[in-house]
Amino acid sequence: MELILESRAVLAKELLHVWRARARLVATGTFALATLLLFSFAGGLNDAALRENSAGYLWIGILLASTLALGEGLRVETEHNAIEMLLLLPVSPAAIFYGKAIGNLLVLLLVGIVMLPFLTVLFDATPTEGVGPLLLCLFAGSAAISAPGTLHATLAARARSRDVLLPLLLFPLVIPCVVAAVQATHLVYAGDPMDQLGSWLGVLFAFCVVHWSVGGLLYSRVVED
Amino acid sequence: MPDPAILATAVGRRFAGRWAVRDVSLTVAQGESVLVHGANGSGKTTLLRVLSSAISPTVGSVTVLGKPAVEARSKVGLLSHADGHYDELSGRDNLELAVKLGHLPDRIEAVLERVGLAARAGDAVRGYSAGMRKRLAFARLLLKAPPVVLMDEPYAALDPAGHQFVDELCAEFSAQGATVLISTHQVGRVAQWCDRAIRMDQGRLGWSGDASELRTRPADAVAAAEERA
Repeated sequence: MELILESRAVLAKELLHVWRARARLVATGTFALATLLLFSFAGGLNDAALRENSAGYLWIGILLASTLALGEGLRVETEHNAIEMLLLLPVSPAAIFYGKAIGNLLVLLLVGIVMLPFLTVLFDATPTEGVGPLLLCLFAGSAAISAPGTLHATLAARARSRDVLLPLLLFPLVIPCVVAAVQATHLVYAGDPMDQLGSWLGVLFAFCVVHWSVGGLLYSRVVED
Repeated sequence: MPDPAILATAVGRRFAGRWAVRDVSLTVAQGESVLVHGANGSGKTTLLRVLSSAISPTVGSVTVLGKPAVEARSKVGLLSHADGHYDELSGRDNLELAVKLGHLPDRIEAVLERVGLAARAGDAVRGYSAGMRKRLAFARLLLKAPPVVLMDEPYAALDPAGHQFVDELCAEFSAQGATVLISTHQVGRVAQWCDRAIRMDQGRLGWSGDASELRTRPADAVAAAEERA
């Protein structure tokens, strides 16, 4: 119960900070949209190929944007050692982890939702299985990135070359999650005659359970000096 | 006999192969006020951070009020160089966060008034001067009102009125029975009210004695006291 209350307070702080520094959120969203635009140029005039690969473009855009969002989330904690202040209050490291990870999840979800209309405009991709399953894919995929992302952003935060280190640590770890998210999202867009969507979503949620559990357990080791 | 407020046993802390603090053993009684002084880079800040459990010692152990330092965090208040504020939040938001997460009494308005930030409490901290940031850190310390107070350079960035405020605050903490460890270069000033003084020298405990010996001509007094020792 204590953990839930503390996590909720950390989350409220995260959301308040995102709102107050919303220019940064806009920049992250714009960056994600710019990657979609670049893919549309790189794909040339082959409309069918662009449409076929649109789910992949969406998730690569979200993954690249996540490095900005996650890095910013930890920059505010380390700039004046605010995370140390939280620990000395004292707040449990697990509560800090869950509050921050849920905050990052919501940011990634928002970025993904903003990208969806552009996916339709640029790649002529429409979700044949409906918007509900699409939002579920976005939620599960964002959750599978945000938990290990929060953990590794904290790990990289003390390093001098943290901007480079975060993607190097994070990307190999979340590639299986991104593959599952791409497959699930592709089925939502292209149709799911073989009923495979549930399996891919199951894989994604299994990754989420592992990452969110491990993150909560390991965060104290990462954040405590 | 009550547990000492702070008991450090053979504490050392190493950063990137260099010992910032080495072999420091220290006992501070409850209610005692201790001045920590020494040259720049002598290990004062690291010592206070280790004692507060902000960082863990590489070797040795620290107990606070009879418990391992990490388990006694709710009893310790640290005022450090890095103030721990969130720049995009207002001063009041920062204090509300501390109240909510630290389960502290909601005396925010009174404390803001006390530190002289009531008029600017709604402004984002990013617009605060260094002195105002320091005052906000004092406000958080006042909200917590811990039995063990560790202050690292509390006078830095403050105007003369702020210096007076720090003196009053320390006297108030002492009057309430709190243990105060204060690291500063304002040796003569702090020695007026401290019980004991310790000097850090290249990461080690160099000299320890009665603060009254530093009340006049501190530099000479330290040298003389060290010679006697």
